[in-house]
Amino acid sequence: MSGVRVLVGTKKGAFILSADGARRSWKVDGPFFGGWEMYHVKGSPADPQRIYASQSTGWHGQVIQRSSDGGKTWEPVDNRFVYDGTPGPHTWYDGTPHPWEFKRVWHLEPSLDDPDTVFAGAEDAALFRSSDGGKSWGELPGLRRHPTAGGWQPGAGGLCLHTILLDPADRRRLYVAISAAGAFRSDDAGVTWKPINRGLKSSFLPEPEAEVGHCVHRIALNRARPGVLFMQKHWDVMRSDDAGEQWREVSGNLPSDFGFTIEVHPHEPETVYVFPIKSDQEHYPPEGKLRVYRSRSGGDEWEPLTKGLPQRDCFVNVLRDASSMDALDVPGLYFGTTGGQVYGSADAGETWTAIVRDLPSVYSVEAQTLA
Amino acid sequence: MILVSLPPHLRTLARVEGDVALEVAAPVTQRAVLDALEAAYPMLRGTIRDRVTARRRAFMRFFACRRDYSNAEPDAPLPAEVASGAEPFLVVGAIAGG
Repeated sequence: MSGVRVLVGTKKGAFILSADGARRSWKVDGPFFGGWEMYHVKGSPADPQRIYASQSTGWHGQVIQRSSDGGKTWEPVDNRFVYDGTPGPHTWYDGTPHPWEFKRVWHLEPSLDDPDTVFAGAEDAALFRSSDGGKSWGELPGLRRHPTAGGWQPGAGGLCLHTILLDPADRRRLYVAISAAGAFRSDDAGVTWKPINRGLKSSFLPEPEAEVGHCVHRIALNRARPGVLFMQKHWDVMRSDDAGEQWREVSGNLPSDFGFTIEVHPHEPETVYVFPIKSDQEHYPPEGKLRVYRSRSGGDEWEPLTKGLPQRDCFVNVLRDASSMDALDVPGLYFGTTGGQVYGSADAGETWTAIVRDLPSVYSVEAQTLA
Repeated sequence: MILVSLPPHLRTLARVEGDVALEVAAPVTQRAVLDALEAAYPMLRGTIRDRVTARRRAFMRFFACRRDYSNAEPDAPLPAEVASGAEPFLVVGAIAGG
């Protein structure tokens, strides 16, 4: 029988939520790595039993964990993330040059084909890859050596590479997003990169339509139509129909177009979900109502999904990696909040229940569809 | 044998209980103890000292015999009590809270 596993990274450990295909009754396991910040936990599409986890603390720095049995047992693998060559400076908050320094891994993206290959998005922004199940890591330095990199400035959360998308139709094509540099695409398996930010407008930039400097929060795609991208930017929900060459705003009637995460329905490429947040200063839902918004027209026209979600006095945030969908026929949609709730919908957002309510602040949510 | 006391997170990571006993050749220095610790428990690499520079991580402290050796020269000999195993070399997480 099919099932779903939801991997949850929190401020103080990781949790694994499991259910059968009905997704009505959930088992909660954890905490794993109690007390550690779990920025991201993600399973391999090629082997769901293989899971990678990024754990860190201010005391002990970065550790990468790997499971080969679906999260029952874990083993630490290599944590040596060294920038290739002698990294030059990027631009610090005050505009001065600042040396590139590794701080943590924000995002782990396992290969679509090989359980032993996994990409890591780091702060300070760089893309690393392991081809041996995390036993060693090497940088793909072309991104950090892009001619614009010296001008990249950190967002409030740091100069983090937080989004990695692998194109299912073209194994040489990758997308990444960096706060606050913007989105980039490689068409040669990560050797060279180009900024793909045309059409983005950011009022905090002296040149609002600059080639780089945009605070992209997350990008999502439908696997059957990978050239169409949807983006939640700092402000603005955006869409590209040509692999990022040009973007247009599709915020439409959203109550706020600020937010962090965005999802695309696995079977309906024009169905998109966003999680509006009031503003960049007020990281909670507008009007204290926790609403997921769905568009079935690829943006512009949005409808609130509220059944089962708190519609008063709710002031939590939903972070950029804290939502995910499973791929069952009627897909499940999941998201976690900074208040420690993980909400799930077994009917693609129509109705919601809190799978668990009192976890530490949720950093990441990743759903695995199990055969 | 040298005894090393680890903070709880690192005991969990290294899957040890209580103090860790290590063979360390003389002279017993901070660097020699940490090198031996990381050789015996590779998963601790980078969690006490930076993976590249080998410098103490900012929020780690090294104590022995009721003294703070955090900023001591890494190649200076540790107290005889540590070298003999009578006293542990303490790896401690700095206080961080408020």
